[in-house]
This record gives sequence, structure tokens and C-alpha cells, in this order.
Amino acid sequence: MESRGRLLLLPLLIVLLAVIGWPLLDTFWLSFTDARLGGETGNFIGFDNYLHAFRAPAFRRALFVTVMFTVCTVAAEMLFGLGVGLLLDMNLRGSKFLRGLLIVPWALPTVVNAMCWRVIYNPDFGALDAFLQQIGVIKAYQSWLGDPTTALIAVGAADVWKTFSLVALITLAGLQAVPRELREAAEIDGAGPFARFRAVTLPVILPPLTIACVLRTIEAFKVFDIIWVMTHGGPLDSTKSLSILVYQEAFSFRHAGYGASLAMLSVAVTMMLIGAYSRAVRMQGAVR
Amino acid sequence: MTRTRSLIAAALGLTAAVAFSAVAEAKTTLNALFMAQAGYSESDVRAMTDAYLKDHPDISIKLEFVPYEQLHDKITLAAGSGQGYDTVLYDVIWPAEFAENKVLTDVTDKIDPQTKSAVEDGAWTTVYYKGKAYGMPWSVDSKYLFYNKEMLQKAGIANPPKTWDELLADAKIIKQKGIVDYPIVWSWAQQEAVICDYAILLQAYGGKFLDENGKPAFIKGGGVDALKYMVQTLKEGVTNPHSTEDLEEDVRGVFSSGKAAFALNWTYMYGMANTNPKESQIVGKVGVVAPPGVDGKSPIGTVNGAMGLGIPTSSQNKDAAWDYIKFLASPEIEAKYAASSPPIWKSFYEEAAKQSRPDADLMAAEAASFNALSNRPQVPDYQQFSARLQQAIQQALLGKATPEDALNAAAADLTN
Repeated sequence: MESRGRLLLLPLLIVLLAVIGWPLLDTFWLSFTDARLGGETGNFIGFDNYLHAFRAPAFRRALFVTVMFTVCTVAAEMLFGLGVGLLLDMNLRGSKFLRGLLIVPWALPTVVNAMCWRVIYNPDFGALDAFLQQIGVIKAYQSWLGDPTTALIAVGAADVWKTFSLVALITLAGLQAVPRELREAAEIDGAGPFARFRAVTLPVILPPLTIACVLRTIEAFKVFDIIWVMTHGGPLDSTKSLSILVYQEAFSFRHAGYGASLAMLSVAVTMMLIGAYSRAVRMQGAVR
Repeated sequence: MTRTRSLIAAALGLTAAVAFSAVAEAKTTLNALFMAQAGYSESDVRAMTDAYLKDHPDISIKLEFVPYEQLHDKITLAAGSGQGYDTVLYDVIWPAEFAENKVLTDVTDKIDPQTKSAVEDGAWTTVYYKGKAYGMPWSVDSKYLFYNKEMLQKAGIANPPKTWDELLADAKIIKQKGIVDYPIVWSWAQQEAVICDYAILLQAYGGKFLDENGKPAFIKGGGVDALKYMVQTLKEGVTNPHSTEDLEEDVRGVFSSGKAAFALNWTYMYGMANTNPKESQIVGKVGVVAPPGVDGKSPIGTVNGAMGLGIPTSSQNKDAAWDYIKFLASPEIEAKYAASSPPIWKSFYEEAAKQSRPDADLMAAEAASFNALSNRPQVPDYQQFSARLQQAIQQALLGKATPEDALNAAAADLTN
């Protein structure tokens, strides 16, 4: 029976090897060469590309931007998503309608979301500047995407708006598993809202939230499209993530070998995150 | 018997259908890549293509449009993957790279001497590299100085500026009189657009991108003066500080809504800002001249923004593609869509000069600019050169380094 099950998995494995395994191996090989896009296959140059990457300020800068983006957006998504999920679980008036509405940002294509936020942030006509000026927070319109100190935050906020709803939906789904009797018993025993959340609700929703957190971290680390549409990596490279650097080196500058080495470094970090994901899944199994 | 007959009929029907589809497939399909931005609009290209297809029933054409910022990488990637386009639109800064990497087909033999002499010289820069042609020029363009006539009149300024110092002085007057907060708007986002604006000032200040040996020359003289001027206009509060995130379309938005007195942009903005009330709040108030110069250096500043149509080496339909390209770049078609993009044909400007046209000032700006078009460097690694220079210019604009330091650092990186 077990061997038959393995046999059934075979087609999937073959497809995965063909579409992911082979390109990955090819990229791995490419990363040790000085190949140029559209040119010759390139010569073997050992670890030169990797050494060059670690010495290059552009790589360190892109890594910093990517880590900042990942940590900040995921943290904000988790907090915001958890809060909204808990609020929507309280059966307030209109919460059913709002639950339906929650799917909208998540369902919106990233490029559309990015374009919308570019208009919202527009420094001459944007809604954000108009709002902030009217409530007296700013005196003059600001260029959120044109200033290196605010550009990454602005792009990050647009990303959080799109993805927090996933966390909220997972929270809502997790909350359905909290036994009603347990909540009521805790309330009768005189536990306050915070104590109830910590002792009754959190243990149940923590495992799915952990998985959501790791998955979102992997996604955020690979960020490309929202930045590409909103800032192209500028101003002054302040939003140039690793994926954008890889793209620029490999396809705009034709440095296929060097681009491949940057991509492999990015894959290495993602693999570590996937390891964390597997652990989280195992943890969840243990809880059950 | 009836069953046999109906079976035969079905078999015949099937054969006919297969034969028909085979005929349909015998049609040559061309895949063409264009951009959806400045220059000929998407609807222009569709209309031109429809006109071509009317006379060529054996051809079908699949059109694809991408923003300018993706055009280079799309062509490169399609070439790398060995499949893709039969006709591509490409920019004046890429022929060196595309020729060295064998992306585009050499079509030198297809261009006759008559055509060669009838087209503007600046337009040929787009397709020629080391004496060989890699396509047909399709448009020739430069950025011009657009101004709001009403604002200049209110400020008591009789004529548009002839030098960049004059422009700065005019902008200060306009600001002082409270006519508009930021009189000048530019496209200074960290993309190719900022290099175009810089190139105009570079020429005006008598500078050069590279010297005769291909080494960075923007670190001295006009190269530094141009960047200093850009920074000065920001410091004096006459340049819209949001320019550092703006592309050409953002510039058009600001200028067309009456929030700037001066703007640099390509030809396409003229029609949209001056004659299209759906796109502009300043219809009829738009003036245009060739960009100013600098006393004792150059009477004008320009940037060659020509574009060409080429045939990727991987195309299986090179003859059909060349026929389509010849049609798109023909004098008749170009004259018909001249409001979107200036034609490449000298005869068009000779004719225009004889007529009294509502867009006479645009024609004059074009004629003056095309006589003095300045080129960005024709080097195979242009993308890398441009990216590093964009970074340096933004460093200075955002006050993170002095113009000298920013440019010197870029030159050092590019030399290594």
C-alpha cells in the first residue's frame, strides 16, 4: 500500500524536478561562472562571484533593505491582522459584512495594489498628503516615495495593507476552534479579557499564526513586484531589495553568472526560513 | 446505408476542417513589441497595424505593449530564451549592446542611399553601430522646454528664457509673485529619465559624458556645472522637490494641472497638454521652445530620444517583419501621426516650415533641436553606466553628497 502511494507521488516529483530542480541546479552551476546573458556559456571562476557579492556594498545594502522590509512588514501584518481578526470575532454590528470585505485587499493583484498606492502617495495630488494636511500633521505635501528616508516605509505600508487580511482570516479561522465552554468558564471564573486571551485563545491560535508568520516571512523576503511598480528600487537604492538586485544584475546588466550567485544566496536564506516553517508545522502536530 | 453516408459526410467535413485550419495556420504571424508610454500611443500603433493588415491578408500581427522601463529587459529576455518577437521597438541607447550581443539582425543591405539621405541624421544614431544598421529609425525626438504662457504673462515675462540662468531668474519671479509654489518640474526619479534631463544640461554647459578614450568625462567642466545647476534650483525652492520621484508622465500631470510654469518633456506632451481638455486644465496656454543654452558654451541643450524598429536574430519571419517595419516608418504613416511623435523624414519639416500651422512653435523647437541632437554614450554596457550615474545624480539632488563627490565616486566605480 505504501509503495503504491509512493508510486502515485512519482509524477509530481518528476514535474517538480523538471521545473524547479533542474533550473536550480543550472543556476547553481551558473553562479560559479562569468557567463553573460545571451553570450557564451562562461568560464568556471570558482567562488569569485560569491566573494565579489560579500565585498560589494550594493549586495550588503540590498540585504539590509530586504531584512528591514521583511521584519517590519511581517511584524506589522501579524499585529494588525491579529487585532482585526479578534475584533471581527466579537460579533459586533456589521462584522459579517466586514469579514467579507476583508478578502478584498488580499484578492487584489499586487501590481494593481501598488499602482493604487502610488496614486495615494502622489506628492502633488495624492489623497494621503491631502488628508494629513487637512488634519494638520504636515504643512506642505511630502514626496513619500521620492525621499530615501520614507520610501521603504511607504512601500512597506502598502504591502501591509494588502497582506494583513490573510493573517486576520487565519486568526478568525483559528478562533473558531476555541471551545465556547472554555471561554465562558474562564469568564465565570472572573478572568479578565487579557487573561482570557492569554490563557484560552492564544494557545489555540498560536500554531496557525506561527505558520502564517513563517510563510509571510518567506514571501516578504522574496519581495519584487510591489517595489518594482512603486519605486523601481529608488530613490538612491533605498528600496532596492535582493530580488531587484538579482534581476538588475542578471537581466539589465547581463551579468548572468554574478546574478545567479546573488540568487543562490537569496535561496540559501529562503531555505533556512523553510526549515523554520517545517519546525512550526511539526510543533503544531505536537500540540494536537 | 444511411449510416455509412453520414459517416462519409462526417469524415469529409472533418477533412475540410483540418484542411481549412492548415490554410489558416499557413498565415504568417508576426509578434511585435512596442511601448505604452511617450511617443506613438497604443491606439496609434493599433491603427497603423490595422491599415497594414488591410493590404496584407496573409499576415496576422500580435501586438504587445510594455512600459518603457521594461522594454530593454523584455527584448533581452526574449533573445535569451530563443523565442519571441519578429519586430521590436528599441531605444537610441541600446544598439551597441544589442549589436555586440547579437540580439538584432544586421539590415545594412536593406537600407538604400536614398532613404539614408532622406532621414534626419539624429534618427540614424538609433540603428547604426560601428557602421552597420540594426533596424530602421521610427521616431526622432528630444525633450523641449514647455512653459505656461499665462503664468509668464502674469509674472511680466515677455519671452521664454534663452539661457538656464534666465530660466532660474524667471522661476524666482514666478515664485515670488505667488503664481505657483514650484515653477519648474523635472523627471528626476532614479531611472533613465533623470539621465535625459541631465544630458540636456550637460550639452548646454559644454560638458561630455565620456572622453575620446571612453573614460568618464562628466567629472569636470559642464558635467559638474549641470548637476550643480540642478541642485541649485532645488535649494532655491524653484524646482518641485517631488521631482526626485517623478517620471515623464508625472511631469505631464503636474504641468497639465497648472502646478508648474516650466517643464521638460518629449513631444507627446504638447498635444495632450495644449489641445486635449480631458487631459489638461491649461488647454491653449502651452508654449514650447528648444531647451535653453548657456552663454559662451552652447545656445541649446538637447537629448537624442530617437527610437528604432529592429528584427531580433531569433525571428523566423525576417522578410515579413522588414516589410511591416518599412510600412510603419513610411513618410505617409509618420506624417499622419506626427502629433504623437516627430517623423524621421527631413521632407516633413521642410513642408511644415512652408505652412502656417497651429503647432508652429513645436515645429520650430523640433527643427532647432534636431540640428544639434546630443547623444548619450554609445557603449555596450550602457545600462550599467546609466544606473551608476542615476545613483550619483540622486545623491547630489537629495543632499547626500556634493555634485563633485557624487560624480567622482561614480566615475571611479565605472572606471574599475
